[in-house]
Amino acid sequence: MAETHSLQDLRQAAVASKVFVQRDYTSGTICKFQTKFPAELESRIDKQQFEETIQTLNNLYADAEKLGGRSYLEGCLACLTAYTIFLCMETHYEKVLKKIAKYIQEQNEKIYAPLGLLLTDPIERGLRVVEITIFEDRSIGSR
Amino acid sequence: MSAVMITRKVTRKWEKLPGKNTFCCDGRVMMARQKGVFYLTLFLIIGTCSLFFAFECPYLAVHLSPAIPVFAVLLFVFVMAMLLRTSFSDPGVLPRALPEEANFIEMEIEAANGNVLAGQRPPPRIKNVQINNQIVKLKYCYTCKIFRPPRASHCSICDNCVDRFDHHCPWVGNCVGKRNYRYFYLFTLSLSLLTIYIFAFDIVHVVLRSVDSGFVNTIKETPGTYPFIRVLVCFFTLWSVVGLTGFHTYLISLNQTTNEDIKGSWSGKNRVQNPYSHKNIIENCCEVLCGPTYPSVLDRRGVMLEDSTSPNPSDASTHKSSNPVSQTTVRQHFL
Repeated sequence: MAETHSLQDLRQAAVASKVFVQRDYTSGTICKFQTKFPAELESRIDKQQFEETIQTLNNLYADAEKLGGRSYLEGCLACLTAYTIFLCMETHYEKVLKKIAKYIQEQNEKIYAPLGLLLTDPIERGLRVVEITIFEDRSIGSR
Repeated sequence: MSAVMITRKVTRKWEKLPGKNTFCCDGRVMMARQKGVFYLTLFLIIGTCSLFFAFECPYLAVHLSPAIPVFAVLLFVFVMAMLLRTSFSDPGVLPRALPEEANFIEMEIEAANGNVLAGQRPPPRIKNVQINNQIVKLKYCYTCKIFRPPRASHCSICDNCVDRFDHHCPWVGNCVGKRNYRYFYLFTLSLSLLTIYIFAFDIVHVVLRSVDSGFVNTIKETPGTYPFIRVLVCFFTLWSVVGLTGFHTYLISLNQTTNEDIKGSWSGKNRVQNPYSHKNIIENCCEVLCGPTYPSVLDRRGVMLEDSTSPNPSDASTHKSSNPVSQTTVRQHFL
C-alpha cells in the first residue's frame, strides 16, 4: 500500500530535525498543547491541517480528563471496591489514550508521512510535548 | 519467522530509568530507596491489628456482637490496600527530557535571553504563564532538563520531578503526587477510623471485663500488658494520624498541595490566589478524590528496543517491533 510504503521509507530516511510542540498551561494543569504553528513546518504542511490535528488531540485529552458524572461514578465505584475493580476494568483515561494512539497512527499514515513528517504520541514523551520529526525531503516523493 | 530461537533476557524500560527509585516485580512496583520506615508502618499496623483480632475480638464477638470483628477486618483490609497502593504506585513521575528535546529547550532559552555579556550571570530560567488571571512561574529543572509543569516539583530523595507534588512520605516509602494522592488520603482517613475503632473497643473490652470481674482482676487476667501497650500505641497514633487527616482534608477543600502550603504560594500576600481552586469546597474535593485516574507516563514495563545483533532483521519484524510497544504502552499505565 502506498501509505505503508511511505511509513516504511521514513524508517530508512535521514532525520533532518525535530520540532517540539509544547504544552499550553493557560487553562490550568489539564493536558493541552499549543496550537501555534512552528516556523520549521511552514514549508512542509498546511497551517490549517496542523492546527486541526493538535486541536483534535486537545479535545481527546479534554474528554479523558473531564470532571463530570462519569468520572465521579468511576471514582466512587473504584473506591468502594478498594480500587481492585481496575484489575478487570479499563479506566476511561486508558480508553481515550488508545483512541489517541490510533488517531496519531492514522494521521501519520494519511497526512504526515507522505509529507516526510512523523508525529510521536505525546504519552511516549511524558505528555510534555508533541514531537514532530522532519525527515530529509529526498526520496520521499509521491509514490 | 526466524528458525533460530534465541532466548535472550528482555530488558524492560524500568531497568534504565534514571532517578533513585527501587523497582520490584519486574517493574510493576515502584518505591523510594529508603524503605525502613515503611516496614515500621507495616509492622505497627499489622502488629496492632493482629493483637486486637487475637485477644479482644473473641471476647467482643461473644459478649457484644460478631459484627465488631467483621467490620474491623474490612477496615483493616481497606487500610492495607490503600497503603500498598500508595507505596507501590508511580506518584506521577515526569520522565526526563531526551537529548533532542533538551537541546530544543536550551535553544529556546538562549533565544529568549539574548546575548549575555561575559562575566554576567545568565538570567534564571523561568517561564511565566497566566492561569486563571494569575501569573504562575514555571521553573526549569536542571536535572530533568525540562520546564516543570505547574504544581510539579523535584523530589531530591527520589531524584525525580513529580507532577502535583505533595510531599515525600517516608512512612509509605514513596512520594505523594498526582497519581497516588487520593490513595494516600484514603489511607490516612481509614487508618484514623481503624485506630479510633481499636482504641474505643479496647476501652470497651477493659470496661466490660472490669464490670464482670473487677478492674484489678482484669489487669491480672488479660494476657500480659498487651491491651495497655496497644492503647498507648493507639493513643499516640490517633493524634498524629487524625491530625494529618484533618490537615489533608483542609488542603483538599482548598485544592492545595502540602508543598504549596509550606512555601506559602497561595497564602494571600500580594493578592495571589490559588488559580487551581474551583472556589467551591465540594468541587475541589470531587476533583481531587473522584477525578479521573491519571495514567503513568513512565512505561516501566515497556520493552527496550534492541537495535543491533538480531540475526534476521527483516523489514517486517522491525516495523512490527514498534507497534506492539505502542500497544503495550497504553496498558502499562495502570499501576
